[in-house]
Amino acid sequence: MNNSVIIKTKDLVKVYPMGQHDLVALDHVNLVFQKGEFAGVVGPSGSGKTTLLNIIGSLDTPSDGSAVVLDRNVETLSNKEAAKLRNQHIGFIFQTFNLFPVYSVFENVEFPLLLQRMSSAARKKAVYDSLEWVHLADRAKSKPAQLSGGQSQRVAIARAIVKKPEVVLADEPTANLDAENSHHIMKTMVQLNEELGTTFVFSTHDEKVMRYLRRKISLIDGKVAKDEVISKKRGKST
Amino acid sequence: MIRFLIKGLIRDRSRSLFPVLTVMIGVMLTVVLQTWFRGVESEGVQIAASFDTGHVKIMSQAYADEYDQIPNDLAFIGVHDLMQDLKKDFPDMIWLPRIKFGGLIDIPDENGETRAQSSVMGFGVDLLSSDSPEKRILNLENAVVRGRLPEKRDEILLSDEMAQQLGVEIGETATLIGSTMYGSMATYNFTVVGTIRFGITAMDRGSMIADLSDIQTALDMDDAAGEILGLFPDLFFYDRRANGIKDQFNAAHQNPEDEFSPVMLTLKEQAGFGEMLDLIKSASNIGISIFVVVMSIVLWNAGLIGSIRRYGEIGVRLAVGENKNHLYRSMIIESLCIGFFGTVLGTAVGIAIAFYLQETGIDISSMMQDATMVMSDVMRARITPGSFVIGFVPGLLATLLGTSISGIGIYKRQTSRLMKELEV
Ligand SMILES: Nc1ncnc2c1ncn2[C@@H]1O[C@H](COP(=O)(O)OP(=O)(O)OP(=O)(O)O)[C@@H](O)[C@H]1O
Ligand SMILES: [Mg+2]
Repeated sequence: MNNSVIIKTKDLVKVYPMGQHDLVALDHVNLVFQKGEFAGVVGPSGSGKTTLLNIIGSLDTPSDGSAVVLDRNVETLSNKEAAKLRNQHIGFIFQTFNLFPVYSVFENVEFPLLLQRMSSAARKKAVYDSLEWVHLADRAKSKPAQLSGGQSQRVAIARAIVKKPEVVLADEPTANLDAENSHHIMKTMVQLNEELGTTFVFSTHDEKVMRYLRRKISLIDGKVAKDEVISKKRGKST
Repeated sequence: MIRFLIKGLIRDRSRSLFPVLTVMIGVMLTVVLQTWFRGVESEGVQIAASFDTGHVKIMSQAYADEYDQIPNDLAFIGVHDLMQDLKKDFPDMIWLPRIKFGGLIDIPDENGETRAQSSVMGFGVDLLSSDSPEKRILNLENAVVRGRLPEKRDEILLSDEMAQQLGVEIGETATLIGSTMYGSMATYNFTVVGTIRFGITAMDRGSMIADLSDIQTALDMDDAAGEILGLFPDLFFYDRRANGIKDQFNAAHQNPEDEFSPVMLTLKEQAGFGEMLDLIKSASNIGISIFVVVMSIVLWNAGLIGSIRRYGEIGVRLAVGENKNHLYRSMIIESLCIGFFGTVLGTAVGIAIAFYLQETGIDISSMMQDATMVMSDVMRARITPGSFVIGFVPGLLATLLGTSISGIGIYKRQTSRLMKELEV
């Protein structure tokens, strides 16, 4: 395996039992992502995008085949190992920002670090660093309810990157945002990708997002229909 | 991390305040109900003890053996000395010498001929000593329907029902026809000064209450009494303490050779009362258990719903990298805290209410138009050691169980399913 390969799926299958006939959400998906990629999985609703990201993120297990993330086989990880992988190496961004409503912006971003053993001074620095990235350091004390959608999603990005993960998985991050905020978010992520070398894998059917992608993987009915490289500025695709 | 969780708990009222309030109310109701049941239970016991059995009762050996016949010929003599001993040895107890007797009540007309007659069940109790507790024990003030309580010798009370049947008016003479301690016939003239009703069928049918010394004179029972009742000052029955007193007394006074020597029996040892007590107790235990089960189901569900509502939050925490065991443990600890605080508060409030009910009671006589239940016109609760712990069953155990079971969903469900819950 190439040293710069960060995610690799082999004949990945996900089947949901649905009464008589099973529903095949992923059908022998073979994909390789290199370190530093900025890739998007696109496809119509129900094509399996979320399922794919969930398996890569070890939130879900494959029915067949394998997914190797950072040299770990997700289907063989224990709960504890999977949690550790997510906590240390993978950042999640969701369509519905999913911030904790009762905690401040600072505390929301701090949460992943509380799961790691880290001094409070180091935590504070890391939280402010990542809030700087999304230009929200001045809103550290606000509650999520006081933020706009775009700001909320930026907090979610800060939460995803605060632990400096190798991979950020973003499931339709702009679906609930207007054009301006979508561009803003995408630019932030491009910047993170370029400056920190973080690998980004999106799922989306948002045209605005596609403009930023350097690799576009089309899923249809759980199968990879197309896998095209749009720009080779950074990272290589297969 | 713990501080983080506590912060969340305190800030999110739907996770802290409301569950604590729910648990508190549930626990409070449980405690109040438990004490109220115990109150009703001990009131039943109290009536029996006050009118009949005492918490302990001293009789002569022979009298006890033939108790059903009210054998006053077997009464013991030397009440005065025995009372001195009792007051010395057991100063905390209330001691009440009484004579029970059967006989006829004869109401004469102006010529001294019988106008009306009825059989009567009589009680000679100390009514005239200024420090006598009998008025309080028998709740006599409240039981008076017409007239007043006896204030001097030879005055009696008749049950109101019987007085009406006999057509006797307040102030009229009533003659008791009975037998003396030595078996000869006795007649004695009393003045009826009041009529009474207790709300206890056995007492209200045909009873008379006279002063003890009058009855001693009338029945030739000088310094004798059929029985001496002993009551705990708070009028609650304590089985173990009663047994202790009994053992101590019998060791000092009982003489198996002498059938006139006094013997002490506890309430439970007297005919039928042990069974009655157990029956009342198991009835109220069943009532309490049912309520505890119902309350447990309610709080169990509250715990269940509380956690299901949080699947979304749980999903994010898992996605961010919290491990399932850690999360499950934190939910359990959270529900333990909530259950604990709710239970402690609920128990405190419940005990406070119960204490009020125990000490003051709620007077329900105004609610009862026909105030037949004189003894029970005040609803009382009774706090027992169990009152302090009973709330923990629904409050802590059920809440915890609800959370544990719903928390298992975290394990059962794929993490991705938990995430789905928040995409609605
Ligand atoms: N837990 C589940 N049980 C049964 N079927 C499921 C489950 N999760 C997803 N599916 C099905 O699997 C298929 C792929 O779902 P998935 O959520 O991955 O699609 P998607 O591409 O993310 O769609 P969208 O763009 O609408 O988010 C769909 O047909 C969906 O109904
Ligand atoms: Mg999706």
